[in-house]
Amino acid sequence: MFVHKIILFVQNSHMKNLKLASIGLVVGLANGLFGAGGGSLLVPALQKFMKLETKKSHATTLAVILPLSVISAGIYIWGVDLEWKIVLLVSAGGICGGVIGAKLLNKLAGWWLNILFGAFLAAGAIRMLFS
Amino acid sequence: MIYILVGLASGIISGMGIGGGAILIPALTIFLDIGQQKAQNINLLYFLPTALFAIFVHKKNGNIEKKGLPSLILWGIPGAITGALIAVKIDANYLRKGFAVFLLMMAAYELTKGYKKWKEKKTTKEQMQ
Repeated sequence: MFVHKIILFVQNSHMKNLKLASIGLVVGLANGLFGAGGGSLLVPALQKFMKLETKKSHATTLAVILPLSVISAGIYIWGVDLEWKIVLLVSAGGICGGVIGAKLLNKLAGWWLNILFGAFLAAGAIRMLFS
Repeated sequence: MIYILVGLASGIISGMGIGGGAILIPALTIFLDIGQQKAQNINLLYFLPTALFAIFVHKKNGNIEKKGLPSLILWGIPGAITGALIAVKIDANYLRKGFAVFLLMMAAYELTKGYKKWKEKKTTKEQMQ
């Protein structure tokens, strides 16, 4: 009986770990390969498989993606040349934009925002595919 | 100046909780003619200070779920290394096309999400009438 319980426990934790492991692996791979998008995968994954609420899944996603991005960025810096001036300018704009965006979120959130964003992405993707 | 504006625009988008990189990388490659790998590297680096700041705020508010967090990060590391190594070594044109396909999937996800939200809103409106 006792042994049976132990086996069951190991099996259960193993299954959950397997889920976590595959999510982590795929998210890290996509984020490293495309330099973006790991978060867009992890947020819905945490909601669906870990049953986290939206706010928590966003926050937890950042905590996972940050260290992974540090590692990937290190390899990119080693592998491709970079103009730090561009990084600084884009980051400066990005930090200001982040504050504005967080404030706008409550006022603007709605179905049309997803549609607009989706349309933008589709236009960019098609342009990149056929050029 | 144009770099600051591009950063500002993607910052607003990512502040709203949707991927800023999905806007920043195409903007850098299409309008500013920056190479695919370079654009991806800029996005990774640009994300770091913003995310660090946001994590501090989230941690204070207790929004970070610690259960499972170490496993996710630990298993993410080999992925992050492999992905970045492939990206650095692969031909820029292939990477660009792959990125475009990934972007297209994200677009489909956002569009269906928007449609679902719109439908929900419509039905609640009808129920109220």
